[in-house]
Amino acid sequence: MDFNFTDEQTMVRDSLTRLVREKYDSDSRRAVIASESGWRPEIWSQLAELGLFGMPFAEEDGGFGGGAIDSMIVMEEFGKGLVVEPYVPTVVCAGGFLKHAGTAAQKAEHIGGIVDGSRIFAFAYAEARARYDYANLESTAKKVGSGYVLNGHKTVVIGAPWATHLIVTVRTSGSKRDRDGISVFVVDKASDGVVTRDYPTIDGRRASEVFLENVSVPADALVGEEGNGLALIELVTDEAIAALCAEACGAMKVAQAMTVEYSRQRKQFGVPIGSFQALQHRMVDMFTEYEQSVSMTYLATLKLGEGENERKRAVSAAKVRIGQAAHHIGQEAIQIHGGMGMTDELAIGHYFKRLTIFDSEFGNVDHHMKRHIALSGG
Amino acid sequence: MNLEFSADELAFRDEVRAFIGENYPRDISASALRDDMSPKDLVAWHKVLGAKGWSVPAWPKEYGGTDWTPTQRYIWSEENARINAVMPLPFGVSMVGPVIYTFGNEAQKAQHLPGIRSGEVWWCQGYSEPGAGSDLASLQTTAVRDGDHYIINGQKTWTTLAQYADWGFFLCRTDPSAAKPQEGISFILVDMNTPGIEVRPIKLIDGGYEVNETWLTDVRVPVENLVGQENKGWTYAKFLLAHERSGIAGVARSKRGVEQLREIAKLELLDDQPLISDFAFASKVSQLEIDLAALEITELRTLAGEQAGRGPGPESSILKIKGTEIQQRLTELTLEAVGHYGTPFYGGIPETGSNEYPIGPDYARHSAASYLNMRKTSIYGGSNEIQRNIITKMILGL
Repeated sequence: MDFNFTDEQTMVRDSLTRLVREKYDSDSRRAVIASESGWRPEIWSQLAELGLFGMPFAEEDGGFGGGAIDSMIVMEEFGKGLVVEPYVPTVVCAGGFLKHAGTAAQKAEHIGGIVDGSRIFAFAYAEARARYDYANLESTAKKVGSGYVLNGHKTVVIGAPWATHLIVTVRTSGSKRDRDGISVFVVDKASDGVVTRDYPTIDGRRASEVFLENVSVPADALVGEEGNGLALIELVTDEAIAALCAEACGAMKVAQAMTVEYSRQRKQFGVPIGSFQALQHRMVDMFTEYEQSVSMTYLATLKLGEGENERKRAVSAAKVRIGQAAHHIGQEAIQIHGGMGMTDELAIGHYFKRLTIFDSEFGNVDHHMKRHIALSGG
Repeated sequence: MNLEFSADELAFRDEVRAFIGENYPRDISASALRDDMSPKDLVAWHKVLGAKGWSVPAWPKEYGGTDWTPTQRYIWSEENARINAVMPLPFGVSMVGPVIYTFGNEAQKAQHLPGIRSGEVWWCQGYSEPGAGSDLASLQTTAVRDGDHYIINGQKTWTTLAQYADWGFFLCRTDPSAAKPQEGISFILVDMNTPGIEVRPIKLIDGGYEVNETWLTDVRVPVENLVGQENKGWTYAKFLLAHERSGIAGVARSKRGVEQLREIAKLELLDDQPLISDFAFASKVSQLEIDLAALEITELRTLAGEQAGRGPGPESSILKIKGTEIQQRLTELTLEAVGHYGTPFYGGIPETGSNEYPIGPDYARHSAASYLNMRKTSIYGGSNEIQRNIITKMILGL
């Protein structure tokens, strides 16, 4: 048993901590999320130069031979600064699909661009009536000639306005909610028939409604086997969940520390409000929730390589526990900040918003509680 | 003891329902958030009610109240909540009005009560300061006597909708040398058009602007605007806060909110079935409804006590705590119900008439903003921690 990072991982974490502190102070972030594009391509290039995007890929694929622990380290630091740039959609999701199921040609085509920062992905999995079920798809791909034609509406696609490419889940056969018949495609966002409506999100990112209107793709746009995509989607989304859990931990750590600091500074009745036991115990509970969340993030991350059931159980357990903690810490942080917590001016509200939206990404508490029950023979 | 409406009460309900049906201004958007609304929309119903004589039901009859029984007032709230009516803002009707008719002089009553009743005069409150929130008595804004005027200097914050206000009621320190912070405070009415007042909007986490910072620099206010006695303002302030608390529970509104939540949860799907048929989600909605039922009867007991000449006393703190927790839980479950559609920020995205592709169902539009906005309810009107302190001291005697 060993909970330590390697020297290399520690080095990466430290340089990220510095970068986030220097480039991602709350004023800079507020200006960026209000800007027209909503992100900073120059930060993305800088992160690529740090070698961040190559870490989780094997050396033979052009990466540095790391894995999920590296993504965990990255995302915890990103969580601390509420970094909006699309690491999870690009490196964890698209990277995951390519890593696990890509052909040599697909890897050669895409991974180099991911690693050098030139190729940016969004993961278009959600649909209007599907809630959190990856199999409940109305979007389709039909075989036409040597390729496929895609149709459908993918909703709330995080990072899509910045993306050059999309990973799209569609049904190639079977009926709604069948486990079989689901396929995964890489789609160049500039393809004819890809229509997007872009908008900001509550938590300071950007997203799109993506409409696929007779989008023709070649046969080699299919990632993995036709019709056998669901198990692959579940694996990659579990990896994404572990990374998002790490991000939530970073955000919770800062929210918790900011609240303690505020309670030291803010005086009422002639004393710092942090001297009131009623508030002290609540901040202790926030801290406990945070520590439990870190543990669950480790658990989920370390179980990603295990068998399907063990992996899913651990990931669902983490998403449940951290979903609850994120709500708890976010709400308490605002309450203890009082009226100031309600203002856009203070950073704490932005952490609260990110922690609020976390729950609905890749399945909320109830969804993962049910998956956990189902996998536990209950 | 019974919960039935009498024949008279049923007749009253029909009368009220018919009146609302015929007179509620049709051009007010029922689903809009308050800070999305124009000032005209915010007072439209108030003005209709003012003309009817129903804008201040809780006031004594001699000042324009309706003399309704607690049951009738309950029916009134229910009937308005049924259509999500935009009710009169509390600052005049529930806050400064009762202070003026209870502690003000005849000239003040004659000057101010008619405008509050009619909705013609817009009021805001000047209580909190950057350094005086929960510890309101530590406020620093000063009013210094200069002949027949007070000169007011200081900074107030969280002045709700002050950008539209004609008048404000301000707590100011008139005796800085008083022995206790609660002493030496005065309750002063200020014309918001007086030179020296600057109102700056505060952007909130939901993206809206409903509160402000209000700066007062050498604001000259006639001494006749002092309510009651100089240096006794804390008494009036506490009276006002107790009144604010009893209206803050929002039971009728939350009942309507639960109905709307159920409607949304019927439309939202989980595994192609209505979300409301999912046990885990349905049990959360029922839990909320159960808590709300308990609060409703508790509020009715409090109202009945008021009718018998008691209160609103410290038990109104229970109403504030539970009422705001329920309002928050309601918005939290609504956000949960809409799934992915809580994520888009709809601020600035046109609601209707747009040629663009829609983003999710209409009912999802305000879900996240409402959830974020309602976090204020356990902070304002005396934070829920302060309410617990009040119960600790005044009821438990600890």
